Amino acid sequence: MSGNTPALAIPAPPRQKLKIGGIVAISIWIVIAVAFVIYFVGAFDITLIERFGWSYLSGLWVTVSLVALSFVFGAIVSLPVALGRMATNPIASGAAFAFVYFFRGTPLIAQIFLVYYGFGEFHRFFETIGLWWFFREAWYCGLFSLALNTAAYQAEILRGAIESVPKGQWEGGRSLGLSRTVIFFKVVLPQALIVALRPYANEIILMIKASAIVAIITVYDLFGETRQAYSRTYDFQTYVWAALLYLAIVEALRHATNWAERRLTVHLKR
Amino acid sequence: MRIARSFALAAAMSALLAGAAVAQESDADKDWSTVRIGTEGAYPPFNFLDASGELKGFDVDIAKALCDQMKVECTFVTQDWDGMIPALQNGNFDAIVASMSITPEREEQIAFTNKYYNTPPAIAVPKDSEITEATDAALTGKQIGAQVSTTHARAAAALFPDAEIRQYPTAEEYKLDIENGRLDAVMDDVVVLDEWVKSDAGACCKILGTLPADPQIYGKGVGVGLRKGDDKLKEMFNQAIVAIREDGTYKKIQDKYFDFDVYGADPAAQ
Repeated sequence: MSGNTPALAIPAPPRQKLKIGGIVAISIWIVIAVAFVIYFVGAFDITLIERFGWSYLSGLWVTVSLVALSFVFGAIVSLPVALGRMATNPIASGAAFAFVYFFRGTPLIAQIFLVYYGFGEFHRFFETIGLWWFFREAWYCGLFSLALNTAAYQAEILRGAIESVPKGQWEGGRSLGLSRTVIFFKVVLPQALIVALRPYANEIILMIKASAIVAIITVYDLFGETRQAYSRTYDFQTYVWAALLYLAIVEALRHATNWAERRLTVHLKR
Repeated sequence: MRIARSFALAAAMSALLAGAAVAQESDADKDWSTVRIGTEGAYPPFNFLDASGELKGFDVDIAKALCDQMKVECTFVTQDWDGMIPALQNGNFDAIVASMSITPEREEQIAFTNKYYNTPPAIAVPKDSEITEATDAALTGKQIGAQVSTTHARAAAALFPDAEIRQYPTAEEYKLDIENGRLDAVMDDVVVLDEWVKSDAGACCKILGTLPADPQIYGKGVGVGLRKGDDKLKEMFNQAIVAIREDGTYKKIQDKYFDFDVYGADPAAQ
């Protein structure tokens, strides 16, 4: 009890325990992985690819184009919202806060239903103001809802990133006689985007997965096509394909983010 | 060594999984004193939830009559339409009574009793529509709504290849969308459309006409869906269908909802 045990030996027992736990955990994962591969190889059916291959590709295209466009439109909308959030003017900051509060605080599925079916109830009004051509199309309704939803999240990412840039950058710019706009776009924003890059990538990944719910307003994205294929075959592997395709998009994005980060931070590397 | 053990375990587990998937238990020894019935609850007048949340409709009344006839206790489970067959296979309930047509594709997955009704499909259009006939030529480029994963959605695609078929999660949504002016026509069972156009909600629209039911798509009418292997239950249901047809219960239920014969031709003659 008193000190003839060397102090170094003490951590050994808990480490032993951890090892067993780790082995059990890894075994479970291996079991799942092997069962999955066996299932997938056994269930793999080439005729299904002939039947549904093209619809999967068209669904993939719809998902990718929908997310890409709504992300870009969301980014454009998010800029004034982020500036509004940081503004001292109570009307601007109140409006920006309400926008973010609503779109982050309610489920995307409710927003999509509201835009698609809710606005549809008022189609006479939209016809009068000449916007019905836009809200008539399910695809545009999906784009509209996704863009506004992501704008709310992006505004918060952007605000946090802009606020993370030290005040000295503003002061430095001002001492060189630059206007506020020039300082913002040429000095502060580029530095903020380095901070924002990872959260942005996160946001796109979340959107790719969230976009699957446009299937309920009759847009045949990747998930919509998958449900079609499943309802024709009742074969579970149709969902496995969809999962693998979503994984592939996310993996491609991950690499693109890494590349962009290396590119953006090249001046910080030695 | 450990890895080898893990793999052995994995193989054992996969074998188990595979075994479970293939196993098609017979219900010969099963005592069917209670039967759980799955239905959708969103397909009036066949099955729907009334204002108090209670299941009503022709399917529900027929199911209750069949259960009385079989002297079994029945409980109802509501289930989204496109998950109906997997939920039956997973054992969430024992029988589907949800206006499900007996089609060859579904028969690969589950068993069906003999039909308990058979009504033709129909097309409805807005009252001021310029569409006068249900032909591919008249519907070229038009948008036709139908419920996802239904025989009607498939038949619409087959009959009107030059129209755009839009698929909705439930019948309620395509009804909403034609009222909102997004759809040029909708396709569903004549009884469903008839009930709807006679209600206030369907005041926008009229039935253009019924269509011939292609047996390749529509199969042999609407039956009770059961797991393959539950032969005893199937026999019980088949006898009960004959019995309620003979003792007048069927006619009583039919007259409650419809003023015409929904059973169609005698199956022996088909």
